[in-house]
Amino acid sequence: MQASAGGRMRIDVNGLDVLLRALADEGHELVGPRVQDGAIVLGPIRGVEDLPRGVGDEQTPGRYRLRARGDDALFGYAVPQHSFKKELLLPRVTLVRIRRGKTGAVVEAPPRPDRKVAFVGMRACEIAAVEVQDRVLRDGPWMDADYAARREQVFVLAVQCGAPSGTCFCVSMGTGPKAEAGFDLALTELLAPEHAFVVEVGTEAGRRILARVPRREATAEEEEAAARVVCDAAARMGRTMDTTNIRDLMMSNLEHPRWEDVAERCLGCANCTLACPTCFCTDVEDTTDLSGDEATRTRRWDSCFTFDFAYLHGGGVRPSLRGRYRQWLTHKVATWHDQFGTSGCVGCGRCITWCPVGIDITEEVAAIRATSATAERGG
Amino acid sequence: MAKPKLAVFKFASCDGCQLTLLDCEDELLALADRIDIAYFLEATSRIDGGPYDLSLVDGSITTAEDVERIREVRARSKRLVTIGACATAGGIQALRNARDHAEMLSYVYARPEWVDALATSTAIARHVEVDFELRGCPISKQQLLEVISAFLHGRRPAVKSHATCLECKMKGHVCVVVAKGVPCLGPVTHDGCGALCPGWARGCYGCFGPSDAPQTSTLSRYYLAKGARPGQMKRLFSSFNADAEAFREEASRHGDD
Repeated sequence: MQASAGGRMRIDVNGLDVLLRALADEGHELVGPRVQDGAIVLGPIRGVEDLPRGVGDEQTPGRYRLRARGDDALFGYAVPQHSFKKELLLPRVTLVRIRRGKTGAVVEAPPRPDRKVAFVGMRACEIAAVEVQDRVLRDGPWMDADYAARREQVFVLAVQCGAPSGTCFCVSMGTGPKAEAGFDLALTELLAPEHAFVVEVGTEAGRRILARVPRREATAEEEEAAARVVCDAAARMGRTMDTTNIRDLMMSNLEHPRWEDVAERCLGCANCTLACPTCFCTDVEDTTDLSGDEATRTRRWDSCFTFDFAYLHGGGVRPSLRGRYRQWLTHKVATWHDQFGTSGCVGCGRCITWCPVGIDITEEVAAIRATSATAERGG
Repeated sequence: MAKPKLAVFKFASCDGCQLTLLDCEDELLALADRIDIAYFLEATSRIDGGPYDLSLVDGSITTAEDVERIREVRARSKRLVTIGACATAGGIQALRNARDHAEMLSYVYARPEWVDALATSTAIARHVEVDFELRGCPISKQQLLEVISAFLHGRRPAVKSHATCLECKMKGHVCVVVAKGVPCLGPVTHDGCGALCPGWARGCYGCFGPSDAPQTSTLSRYYLAKGARPGQMKRLFSSFNADAEAFREEASRHGDD
């Protein structure tokens, strides 16, 4: 066997367990995939024993089921309902507490988050999603202090995708299936001839932790097998989205009859935005306690699909469901480019799978393109 | 400065919602510090005739006497907040609204002629002006405290009227519709319970009534296409909030099995 030219390392399943425990030993909480309530969810894990061994998923519009893969794959699924968003842009965060003191109001900022966390099993699309949120919440003119502090302490243990689902389209969005950067370590899971992982090192922190793990250099064959995993995944996308001139396509079709059509099928329930790894809309709630001596300001997840989102004096700005769906989709794939220099869609397919009535973003875009009044039909 | 006076009135209900106030064990002393409980028969036999700064009304209107009494309560209350599915939507007893009342009485009572009740059970807001409706069967303790705090301090209660799905996703529950194929009313049901049933892998029963923009027909159409029976849809919308407009209309679109 020949050592690979890329200098990548190879660890076995035991090595992965050592790696996970080394991360925990260095003070990281491990958040990774495990089976719960008939689905793979991201939650606290201890080691390899908690990973979804041999469990895959089937995803189609509005439908998710686990399946037995018939092998020992630990990362043999596509993406779970929730992304790592819930760990960085928390569903609820206290922004400030104000108490009535003897000499006036006492303002109490919440403590800065201090949580070292390792994201285990992150896919390329999820890394891309966090990078989109970085632009919005950290690198833009209005930095979200809580998000930025949490983001700083993340160790990314990526796993290259080998099991895209029926709702995946990362290839169309240019975000995957191979993670090229944005990780500390990236694993590619090989099931044969031996169950092992080829490891790419992304950062110095990754290199340091890998040094604590039994490993050897990957062989050329192993490197090739790893390359084939993502290559095969790219060929198995469940969906595609033609993004040619997509910004102009959307913005020149704001009165397209398809918006009315989708409003007839949409529940306005907000599930697409809540499952979306880049949707970042929040509401700010002010409350007082019974005594009136303490007031609390809380930030909580909200959605452009709720009736009272962006409520202004006199009412909501988008009273129709047609208007709310159009706002979401045009923002996601069109005006996001104007605002943040990137698409808001990473092609993870969550909005399709977790829409209770199975509305498919790729189908909506395709329908508008097919009957567009203007020339942006693309190729 | 005199403490604001709170009154709690009961109409047709199981009393569960007014008992929510007594369940506020940790907060009850703070509450008693800030307000004068002027009328609350479940808690005290003291009767202060009002006027009251805040009246909480539990229960629905089911008798001619109720119709008169709620007007008197309204006249003696600066602010009137209805609490629970009975007071805000007629409750489970509103199931009789779409049926023959005399026939139903004959099934339940040995001597139906002794019962002097209206043929309908209706929400308080159908009879008098209501300042705020707190939903739920039963109401949530946290939301009740929030509403009382808000009224005490002259602000708007931080109570959301959007779909239960938001809280469900915020809690991290796995969607039962998508992952289990269970018909769930979460997408059309008012927030407030904390997505209790989906948290136990059950579909939402709609205890908090319709959300602010409930797409009930869209939801039914989809569940029917996925194999639900019309009677199942009818029953799903015919429970504690059967007389809430959106649920009542949706139930009426489906026949029995």
